[in-house]
Amino acid sequence: MNKNIERLVNGLWKENPTFVLMLGMCPTLAVTTSAINGIGMGLSTTVVLVLSNIMISALRNLIPDRVRMPAFIVVVASFVTIVQFLMQGFTPSLYASLGIYIPLIVVNCIILGRAESYASKNPVIPSLFDGVGMGLGFTVGLTFIGIVREVLGNGSVFDIAIKPLNDYHITLFGLAPGAFIVLGFLVAVMNVVRRKMEAKGRPLPEVQGCLAGDCTTCTLSTACTGKSMVHVKPEEIPVNPKDVAKPVPNTNVEVKHADNQHNTEDVEEAGRASSYADEMLEGKGEDE
Amino acid sequence: MSYFTGLILLLVASAIVNNVVLSQFLGLCPFLGVSKKVETAAGMGGAVIFVITIASFVASLIYKYVLAPTGFEYMQTIVFILVIAALVQFVEMFLKKSVPALYESLGVYLPLITTNCAVLGTAINNVTNNYDILESVINGFGVAVGFTIAIVIMAGIREKIEYNDIPETFKGSAIVLITAGLMAMAFLGFSGVI
Repeated sequence: MNKNIERLVNGLWKENPTFVLMLGMCPTLAVTTSAINGIGMGLSTTVVLVLSNIMISALRNLIPDRVRMPAFIVVVASFVTIVQFLMQGFTPSLYASLGIYIPLIVVNCIILGRAESYASKNPVIPSLFDGVGMGLGFTVGLTFIGIVREVLGNGSVFDIAIKPLNDYHITLFGLAPGAFIVLGFLVAVMNVVRRKMEAKGRPLPEVQGCLAGDCTTCTLSTACTGKSMVHVKPEEIPVNPKDVAKPVPNTNVEVKHADNQHNTEDVEEAGRASSYADEMLEGKGEDE
Repeated sequence: MSYFTGLILLLVASAIVNNVVLSQFLGLCPFLGVSKKVETAAGMGGAVIFVITIASFVASLIYKYVLAPTGFEYMQTIVFILVIAALVQFVEMFLKKSVPALYESLGVYLPLITTNCAVLGTAINNVTNNYDILESVINGFGVAVGFTIAIVIMAGIREKIEYNDIPETFKGSAIVLITAGLMAMAFLGFSGVI
């Protein structure tokens, strides 16, 4: 039981997907025009996350390693379709305001990321709590950003007008630019928190998603296509020295999977590249 | 308004007025991740144009001739994501074998596109807006051009930002997001055009 509570705390606090790992930025920016939209999106993602975690964890010994990503995607997409129908039936106004972002839950980094890094390796019950923790953490994050944007952009919280603010609201924060700017300041605040925590000797887990500054860290791009980015030129590797110094905690696991799935061509190519590099080095040596 | 004028308006609307990144927040991952250099950004843009245009065509074809006649419209999310994933793999293999020159320049970016929500988002949008196949292709092309415009401008700005003295706290992705906010503000000016 202890482990389950640890998973809950982990998702809500230690590895909060919005504030700490910075995953799932598309919906974070898109639907947080108001607090209620944030809660709606967060909860629907939570439902999908919990159900897909349970299903994937239950099937983890049946799914062959080579086809696990397509299998995960089918599982997630099925649950998204179910949730979409339920929302269409029971919360039509929320369904209308979230629009296209509901089917796009399928490509949310958090869900496939948890499936890949947790549910596919752990028993059902901890996976369930992992899903609940991560989902609620995401919901809290979206609601918080939603509240900030609604207060600034509309002068209200949960559609209840705040009297003096209501007269001076800045409509921009309800629109697209406001989303980027609010998130930018959130990242800046988290940078300060990160530095404080590091000074205390308790560093936060690294940013994992797109905001890490390069797509190769995203669990999905590698895992989905089954190849690591061997072609990537050195200059595309993140310039931020912090990102380079400390790899994402579960990198080892991913690398292992990626290795299994390398195309033979890729491996050959990598081999050729390295032997070529060796030749270059030897040549250089002879010159000297 | 003739059908043809409608197509041109649709192209402008999807490329600039409703810019996919700056007003719809789709495709943010590559937008933030691959925008450090103008050349890489342009390469990514090229790959996205290629993939989204083909994916819109194939997705609307499948919707019209497979899903709609059999009454399986509700399977669109599952079918589209699998079709897109398979398509990207297929495009990659095809380019590798037949057009090695193009593969050299776009190949790096293709695997990144599978989970790009802009591709799935465009396919679903085409269906939701009841576009026919030609309109879907035009819309997909427009969306991708809009993405390319946004990411290339962003890369240009980021190359300049490298030399600026930014507050320590805002270094990294924070300043990039705020820059994106300012760009979105500029693109907001197009909202009354069509």
